[in-house]
Amino acid sequence: MKQLWDLATVFSYLSLLTIGGGMAAFPELKELTVNTYHWVTFPELLHFYSLGQLSPGPNMMMVASIGAVVGHIPGAIVALVAFFLPTGLLTFAVGRLWSHLATWRWRPAIQTGLGSVAVGLVLAGAIIMGIGAITDIFYGAIGLAVFLLLWRTKINPAYPIVVSGLIGMGMHYFGLG
Amino acid sequence: MSDAPQVAAPPSLGKLFWVFLVMGATSLGGGVVAYLRTGLVVRQRWLDDLTFVELLSISQTLPGLNATNMSILVGDRLRGGMGALVATLGMCLPGAILMTGAAFAYGIGGDDPWSKAFLHGIAAGAVGLILVVMVQLGAKVLKTPADYLFVAATAAAVAFFKVSVPIALLVAGTVAIWWHRPRDKTPR
Repeated sequence: MKQLWDLATVFSYLSLLTIGGGMAAFPELKELTVNTYHWVTFPELLHFYSLGQLSPGPNMMMVASIGAVVGHIPGAIVALVAFFLPTGLLTFAVGRLWSHLATWRWRPAIQTGLGSVAVGLVLAGAIIMGIGAITDIFYGAIGLAVFLLLWRTKINPAYPIVVSGLIGMGMHYFGLG
Repeated sequence: MSDAPQVAAPPSLGKLFWVFLVMGATSLGGGVVAYLRTGLVVRQRWLDDLTFVELLSISQTLPGLNATNMSILVGDRLRGGMGALVATLGMCLPGAILMTGAAFAYGIGGDDPWSKAFLHGIAAGAVGLILVVMVQLGAKVLKTPADYLFVAATAAAVAFFKVSVPIALLVAGTVAIWWHRPRDKTPR
């Protein structure tokens, strides 16, 4: 029970940090699940996060994986509900009040101001993730290639991510990395 | 604005759930917004483009993921509170089941060196994906040189100086919002 309660508090807190997308919550996600609660190791977190990018639907369904590791099916459900309920209720309420807020004079300031902070949080997430995943020049090349490909083309991100995994297996075969 | 009915009648709750379930199961590789527009505006004609963009801008302003925020807003517009609930459930269910299954599969085969090598590879690839998301998000929201400073300061504080995210959000957010504060051109 204690663990389900911990899952609920951690993921409802992380929910509120997902400004500009799920990645903004990654630094705190790592801090809490790896360093504070020891639910997963840092490599395990990276693995679940990356697998989550391959799964359909919202790109943070990996919270279900962490929930399942901690408390099986109930853990997965608690983590998901906790992660989506706080922001969900907020969105529901604001959606109904929107006609009043759309012309609020502080709205553009908040949107632009929080927007740049959100980009900063995504960058911090990428740096923290890079420290764990880009362990040598070969993995750096994989990350750079995926970045350039997705930046320059409209290809579905799932393909280069799967190919990255296959290259990882190839490197294992040849004893690299 | 024309009088011709461009938008179809609101669906039943069952139909709403089914359409979001299909989108939740097929929107592979992120980019869920494109799937939502195709499904809701083009195929079902439940929304027009103007409403879609309006709801999207609410989704992007608020915390939460775009995919779930859009499900809530669209569901509420079409079928009220229950609509928001079933749309969100449909959107999340396929990915949730897959990622729960992934956790159990990982417990069985995660220590295998081949799966480790595969997962290490996709983690490296995912770093590239996140950087692209950051560049695309940045292109939309970064407007003045000061904004780039806010980005760099937030990222450095969190990634290198271990400043906790709520504190970074509070400090950088307050400064950035104040920087963009509404300035009246005509004094009242």
